[in-house]
Order: sequence, then C-alpha cells, then structure tokens
Amino acid sequence: MNWSLLFSSSIGKKIVMALTGIFLVVFLVVHCYVNANIFFANAEENFNRAAHFMGSNLLVRITEIGLFAGFILHIVQGYKLELQNRGSRKTRYAVTAGNKTSKWYSRSMAILGTLILLFLIIHLAHFWVPSRFGGLEEVYYGDKKFHNLYLEMKNIFAEPWVVIVYLLGCFSLSWHLLHGVQSAAQTLGWTNKNFFPMIKTIGIVFSILVPLIFALMPLAMYFGLQLDLENITLLF
Amino acid sequence: MQHYSMNLKLKVWRQKNSNDNGHFENYDVNNISSEMSFLEMIDVLNERLISEGSDSIAFDHDCREGICGMCSMVINGQPHGPWKGTTTCQLHMRAFKDGDQITIEPFRANAFPVVKDLMVNRSAFDRIIQSGGYVSVNTGNAVDGNSLPIEKQHADDAFYAAACIGCGACVAACKNASAMLFVSAKVSHLALLPQGEPERKQRVVSMVAQMDKEGFGSCTNTYACEAECPKEISVLNIARLNREYLNANLSGN
Amino acid sequence: MLDAKIPAGKLDEKWTKYKGTVKLVNPANKRKLEIIVVGTGLAGSSAAASLGEMGYKVKAFCFQDSPRRAHSIAAQGGINAAKNYQNDGDSVYRLFYDTIKGGDYRAREGNVHRLAEVSTSIIDQCVAQGVPFAREYGGLLSNRSFGGTQVQRTFYAAGQTGQQLLIGAYQALERQVALGTVEMHARHEMVELVIIDGKARGIIARNLVTGELERHFAHAVLLCTGGYGNVFYLSTNAMGSNVTAAWKAHKKGAYFANPCFTQIHPTCIPVSGDHQSKLTLMSESLRNDGRIWVPAKQGDNRPANEIPEEERDYYLERRYPAFGNLVPRDVASRAAKERCDAGFGVGSSKQAVYLDYAAAIQRYGKAEVSKKNLGNVSAEVITNLGKDVVKEKYGNLFAMYEKITGENPYEVPMRIYPAVHYTMGGLWVDYELKTTIDGLYALGEANFSEHGANRLGASALMQGLADGYFVIPYTLGNYLADDIRTTSIPTDHPAFVEAEQKAFDRINKLMSIQGKQTVESFHKRLGKIIWDKCGMARSAEGLKQAIEEVRALKAEFWSDVRIPGEINAMNQELDKAGRVADFIELGELMCIDALERNESCGGHFREEYQTPEGEALRDDEGHMYVSAWEHQESHWNLHKEPLNYEVVKPSQRSYK
Repeated sequence: MNWSLLFSSSIGKKIVMALTGIFLVVFLVVHCYVNANIFFANAEENFNRAAHFMGSNLLVRITEIGLFAGFILHIVQGYKLELQNRGSRKTRYAVTAGNKTSKWYSRSMAILGTLILLFLIIHLAHFWVPSRFGGLEEVYYGDKKFHNLYLEMKNIFAEPWVVIVYLLGCFSLSWHLLHGVQSAAQTLGWTNKNFFPMIKTIGIVFSILVPLIFALMPLAMYFGLQLDLENITLLF
Repeated sequence: MQHYSMNLKLKVWRQKNSNDNGHFENYDVNNISSEMSFLEMIDVLNERLISEGSDSIAFDHDCREGICGMCSMVINGQPHGPWKGTTTCQLHMRAFKDGDQITIEPFRANAFPVVKDLMVNRSAFDRIIQSGGYVSVNTGNAVDGNSLPIEKQHADDAFYAAACIGCGACVAACKNASAMLFVSAKVSHLALLPQGEPERKQRVVSMVAQMDKEGFGSCTNTYACEAECPKEISVLNIARLNREYLNANLSGN
Repeated sequence: MLDAKIPAGKLDEKWTKYKGTVKLVNPANKRKLEIIVVGTGLAGSSAAASLGEMGYKVKAFCFQDSPRRAHSIAAQGGINAAKNYQNDGDSVYRLFYDTIKGGDYRAREGNVHRLAEVSTSIIDQCVAQGVPFAREYGGLLSNRSFGGTQVQRTFYAAGQTGQQLLIGAYQALERQVALGTVEMHARHEMVELVIIDGKARGIIARNLVTGELERHFAHAVLLCTGGYGNVFYLSTNAMGSNVTAAWKAHKKGAYFANPCFTQIHPTCIPVSGDHQSKLTLMSESLRNDGRIWVPAKQGDNRPANEIPEEERDYYLERRYPAFGNLVPRDVASRAAKERCDAGFGVGSSKQAVYLDYAAAIQRYGKAEVSKKNLGNVSAEVITNLGKDVVKEKYGNLFAMYEKITGENPYEVPMRIYPAVHYTMGGLWVDYELKTTIDGLYALGEANFSEHGANRLGASALMQGLADGYFVIPYTLGNYLADDIRTTSIPTDHPAFVEAEQKAFDRINKLMSIQGKQTVESFHKRLGKIIWDKCGMARSAEGLKQAIEEVRALKAEFWSDVRIPGEINAMNQELDKAGRVADFIELGELMCIDALERNESCGGHFREEYQTPEGEALRDDEGHMYVSAWEHQESHWNLHKEPLNYEVVKPSQRSYK
C-alpha cells in the first residue's frame, strides 16, 4: 500500500479517522470497565488497585503511548478534514435543508469533537497529570503502597460545577459517538445491505450506554451512591 | 386533485458570469397554476422579464423528464426541491402554496463554479469518468453477450448504481461538497460486473485521485446525498467504494 | 439522379462484400486525419469513441454541459437485436422484414438489412462495456416483446435502456478523451458548415458560455444531431433538441429527405395548459393491459368513474377487433385524434382519452385470488391484490404519471394523448451515410434512412448505435483513404472567414431586431400551425394554408422578435432564437413535402387518401420513392430516389 495515501487522499484520511476512532472507542470500553469499580462495594480499594495496574503494567503503558498518538491523529486529522471540507464550498447557501436531510450531530462532529477535546484537557489535568507526576495521596493495601485516585475523584467531584462540566462532556461524547460509530463502519466499508441496520443499532446502543455509565460516575461520587453488591469486583 | 392558482415571492440568485460576485434578486410571480412544473413557472417569469426588457434567468435544463441530469438548482435549501426522488424538472407547483417565499440558488461547490445565474459547470464529473469510469473495450472486441452469465442480483445492483444521472445533487446537498455518491455509483456499477473486473483496482484509485484533485470535500457520512438524490442512489455504494479503495491499495498493485 | 450507392449483389451479402472491398486508411495516416462529430447522443458518442479508438483525431461537439445529457438518454423501452436468444424463430431476415413492413415500405432494403445484421454486435459491444441489461436468474440476458413484432428480441434495462446505452457510449467516449484521441467541446453549438472545393472541411461553432465564434477544421464532418420533433414546439424531445446543424448543412447543399415523416406516439401525458413546455411519454407497454375509451356522449363532463360501462366507447376495440388496444402507434394516435376532434375528448382541455386500468386490476386481482387459493374474498381484497400486480409491472410509470398530473392512476383512469416523438425524415444519405455534400455524413435520427415512413419501437437505439459503432468506421475510411494527402487547412482560409462572417451577421441581425415578441411565443405559434395542419392528419388545403402561415410567421419573426442580453456572453434566448428561426424554415419544407406526397403512409396521413374505413391508403405506383429536397435561394427542388423492393413484396397493412 502506498501509505502516504492515508494522509493525502480523501478516503485515506477518513480511514485514519475511522481506525483511530475505533481505537478510542476500545479505550472507552476499557476505561469505563475499570472505573465502573466505583459503583460497587469495596470501591476504593478495587478502583485504586485497578488504576495501579493500568499505571504500572508495561504493556498498558506502551499502549498508552499509542493511545496518545491515536488521540492526536484523530484530532489533528479531524481538524484538517474539517478545514478542507469547509473550504470546498466558498460561497455558502442562503437557505439550507437543515435537519430535513441529515442529522444535526452528523454535521457537527468537529464542534462536538472540540467540546470533547476541551473536556479532555480538564479531565487530564484532574486525574492523569497528578497520577503521573505526583500529587496524589497514598494508601496501603496489605503492605503495598497505592495512589489513592479514588480519594482524588471524591474530592474533585465534590464541586457541583465540575460535575456539570463532566455531564456536558458525556453528552458531547454521546452525540459524537452516535454518528461516529456507524460512520467508522461505513468508512471502512463494513456496511452492506444486510449489516447496515445492525451496525446502526449497535452504534446507537453503544453511544448511549457508555457515556451514560461515565455520566453516572461523577453523579455517584457527588451523591455518594454505591450499589451494595458484595460479590462484584471488576478488578482483573 | 384540485387545481389552484398561487402568487409567489421568489428570491433568485443572479450572477452575470463566473467572475461576477452575484446577488439575490426578488421577483413576485402571480397566477401560477398548480399544474405547472417548477421550470415552467420560471419560464413564465422569464417571458415576463424579456418583455420588460431585462435579461432572463439562465438555468440548465434539457429533457424535462427527469433523466438527462442537466437541471439543477437548490430550492429552499434542497437540491431539486422538496420532493423525494425527483429532479427539478419533474417538481410541480403543487408542492407550493399561495404566498410561499421560494429561495432559488445554484448548486454551490468550488468544484462546480457558477457559469451564469443558476447554471454551474459540472465538467469535473466528466473528468472523473475520464480518469477511469469505463471498461477499456474497443469497438469490435466484444465476445457474445451471453458468453458470460452474470448473477441477477449483481446485474440488478449494478443497474441501480448505474441509474445515476450525474446531476451533482449529491455534491450540492453535502455539507462538504463531496462527490462520493457520484463516484461510488460508477465504481459500484463497474465493480459489480465481470466486465469491470480487469481494471477494478486501478479504476477506483484513479477515480478517487481525480475526485480529490477537482476539489470536492471528503465524505463524513451525513447521508444528505442519498436523501437528495433524485435517483435515490444508496450510500451503501459509498461503503463499497471505500472497500474497493482499501482493497486496491492493500493488495499492493 | 440520386445514387444511394447500394452495393450490388444478394441482399444478405451486400454489407459483407462492401466491408471486404472497401478502401482502408493505414494507422499512420489515421493520426493525421481530423474528424468533427457534432452531437453526442448514441450515434455521436459511439462514432466519436470508435473513430478515436481507430486512431483518428476527433473533435466532438455538444450543446449540453456534458456529452452524457444527449436526448438518447430518455429512450425507455429497449433495443432490438436479432440474437434469437429466446429460440422463438427470430433471425436477421425477420428483423429486416419487420422493419421494412413497419416503415410502410418507404425504406431502403439494403440499409435496413445491414442494420439487422449489425444489431447483434451492438448487444455484444454494450454488454462488454458494462451496460447492465436486464437478466434472467440464470444470469443470461432477458428479452421482451415490443409493438409490431411476433418475437421477443428487445433487450432492455428496466425503463431506462436509452440511459444505460448512452452512458456506455459516453464512457467509451470519455476514455478516448482521456487518451487524447478525442477533444470534447461541450456547451458548443454548430452554427455554420465550412465547405472548401465542394467538400465539407469544418464548422463554425458558437461557444455558448462566452458567445465566441470558433473555427474548427476537419477532413470530414459527421452530423449526429438527432431529430427535429421540436418543430412542433410540444414534443417528447428535449428542450434543446434542434435541427440547426442539419439545417445549416441543408442550406449549404445537403438534401433533406422525407421531412414530413414524423412519428406521433399515442401514449403521452396530455397538455395541462398554455404554460406547457414539453410532453412526457408513457411507455407503449401500458397498452398491453390498459383499455382506451372516451364517453359515448359528446361533451360528457362527468368524472370518469361516474360514467357507467354502457356509456363508454372503447373505440379501438370497436374499430379494430383483431388488434384492439394494440394497434400500431400511427393507427392508435389517429383514432384518438378522431374522437377528440369529434367532441368526445376528456379532461379540462378535451384533448385527451382515458387509459383505464380498472379492468386489468380486477383481472389480475381475480387471478391472484385463484393462484393463492383464497376462496371467497371481498371485492376490496381483489382490487388490492390487482393493484399490487399492476404496481409491480408498471409502478414506475404510474408514479411518473402521478408526479406530473397529481392524479392517482390506480384510482382514476389515466388521461393520455398522442404527441410528437420521433422524426423519420432527415438529411438524405447514401449507403455510406454520406450526404449530398462530399465529406459530410449524417448518423442516427439526423439522417432519414432506415425507418421509412414509420419507426418500430426499440429501433431508434439500434440505428443510432449501428451507425456509430459499426457502419461509419468502415464507410468513412472509404472516403478518407483518398484524402490522406490533404494536410490540415488553416482556419484563416477564406472559406472559414466567410462562414464565420455569415454566422456573425445572422446573430447580429437577430439581436438588432429588438421587437416586441419573445422567441418562445414564435415557437409556440409555429408549433400550433404544424401540429394542426401537418400533424397527425394532413390535407392539401390545410397544408397550403400552413405554408402561407409559416411564411408569414417567418417574416414576423425577423421583424419583431425580442432577444435580451448580449452577443459576447452566455445568452440562452439568443441560442433559442437561432434554433427557432431554423425550425420555421424547416416547418415550411415539411408542409411542402407533405403536400407533394399524395398518399398516406406510416406517420404521414393525408385525409384525401384513405380507405372507406378511414385507414391509410398508400400509393406504391406513384410514390414509392424518397423525397430529397434541395435548397435554393427562394424555393426547394425535389429529387426522387426510387425505392426498389427486390426481396420484400409491399402489401397493405391491416389490423382489423
């Protein structure tokens, strides 16, 4: 394959968007799974152990570099495409069809993406920076020392405005995914007469379910909610 | 169906030539019959403009039966107007009611520069076909038509893709002015048939390259093209195009 | 004396013999020979592509924005070919015979036989190009039957056969453009022919975007510019279809043959008012199941559904019990006109008859009930089942009807009326498709040759592609082989200067009139004269009147037309004015031709020449010839090319 086409041709660029998008979707699933520990009994320890694993495992750390690369590619390529696409029609229409012929969120991926990016910066500043560069309290489980990321979460989500920002972030994510999941499948050519409706449905379910679980996290922290299910541990 | 007569307020894009900046002009048209076609309504206005000594509104049209693909126009934000699966020439005034305001603009895309008023230059589509939208078979080279059976489903799907009339509504409707539906229809038509097989990979790569060169945007899968296509060409053709493009590049030819 | 140069010998050996002995041009010389192709429909695209493939330097012109728009694209039904894939007894001879008979014995045997011979290659070529013809489940090509034949030989692609064939030819053409053998000039209109030393050597074309006149040289010029149906103003032709290129050639010496042979198609959607700009055809196949009727009482204004069965007149079934609703196009058209003229027409204009599917819906519904073993069901269930069947067979046509008229044809009968559809007449050409000007050829509907006085369904596509793919590549070489020493003539040659000046003067004259009436209004008036007096039925008296009226209209046009805009810019009104001016002149010739042909044949029905039952009465003794008209400054000279039938014996057509 002529690899430069991935960055120079219109379809190539979209393939990069789709592949990185899917990679980020996989990350969301992992992230969601790990964090879901906070909903259950023994939340603090389980969550901190999981976070420790994610922060110390070599494979995960290497993947993290890939994740950052994926984010950057997705963001840079996304903006480049948006600029190019906007430039392909210099004179705009006086009247547009609006929602008659397409969904608003499918036309607003760049704006939704930007909102997510802003959220991401806040989010990284809240959790990733302190956990990587210090500043977190420490806690002992047995004789092993762990970062108390759980406590950090509790502290941060005590602020109502932070909860609201996170909820908005989840909304943006949901709309972004609502278009993004099936769009990625279409771009990669996975859709056909038989699968298209199914892929669309999977996309819808995913884009509602995952952001919903994420949204419940700051809420659960803020209101101190927890499910008393002793036996459930999402730790690996 | 009850016929009725209506008065309308038109806001029409006027542009002398490709170098002119262009502007909107307002016209009142009265006593328009609901039985008229949209273009006949403009004919009426043009006859009046000529009698008044002004220049008539230029617009592309030819067969006026929905197949040549020459008519264009964006009517109240929709290429070919409000009726689904219908070209401007087949749109009838029943679609409107007395007192309506109708904004009429040319198809807008950098790759479709305005020639005059509502008329645009769509030669980019011809150049895309030139880049590979054909089967290389010289006259006289053909074998018997029945020597190669084709699965009916494939023949039918190829036909549905080949039904594209090349009007450019997909480009006009797309927020990115992307030509993917047009290109995908041709790539699908020929990829689905055994006759298109020998040039399958080369075709898709060159047609996409030419599409990009013409300055069309990329596809972000909003599917406005499918919704506005007067021949209702499916966006699944775009998925096939993507597939063909990936396959062609991955196989290393 | 006109010589069609039909090769000697047995009918079925003529073309083979011709091909075997025709002069050839070697590849090195082909590269030096330039050819102009005007028009990019089936004939033009296929010719330009084929000649480009052979190595000639081709320039193609079309007035539309892309060659793919040409009106061949609108052909619905199909394309005939003597493949005999259905094993139903078809052969080259049968296709030849049906075409000759369908043309009411006014076509050349030699040409028609060649057409039937190459018909099979056309299908092969189109399949190879990727034309998605309809196929059976076994993967092989499907055929359907069509009017005027007893075999299934029509190949089709749903109701869009013309579109698919044209796209095939267009793609072949664009491939040559990419290879550099064809230079495409879209949005250009030929406005003058250039003749040097008696040979066609180029054209003057107007760039429709800038208004500039351009000079183009060629060793030979091919006119593939379609028919002249728009002389009637309302027709199923495209808005831009025109006779201008052919007419310019005619005025420079090319004879125009059989201009009065025009085909009126019986099943079109009727005119809805004065605003009407064009007519839409409904496929002939609708007559397979629909019943045509008018009220038995004159001026009956009741809605169709309120007129009881016994007060309806199924006039085709009454007059032609053997063929009923399936009589040929010309017969069905005339019968509808007769009823409407007698005051039995329906709809607000009273210029329409009903095409009723109620009986077919019931018939199909009952068949479904018995097929599905439903036993006793309500009338509503039967009707719904019937509608489903009809929808499956004719759904797209019914949808088109509803789009245009706003009426639901499943509930109320459709209103139909005949409309101008095709013109059998055109530039006179010999066997090699060469006009009476050396180096000037006419292909497809633009020439007159294969359909006689009436064209059979699904034969127009066949002829266009036959001419372009398989005839002109041979016959043109025969002329160019003697021209290899002619180098490109510079376009500052006096003949080019003079031709451009002529075109320029005419445009200037048109623009300088600045009268009161629009081009469109003149065109409408011309159409009305021709339709009323040289349409479905003609009479000597009416034609004489029409000639006077057209002459008067011409004088009025040239003194009172108003064209806005500028010369050196895009000006659609100016484009139209030039075309209408030519149509007016052609209209006069049509009437003169119709007046001269004292017989009824095919699409030409002279009221004076009919049987006691009102059927067309041919005069084979006196009129078995092609009328080829030579243009003079103030009149036309008639040249007759006698038609010799060596194989087929002409007989009277009867459908009773």
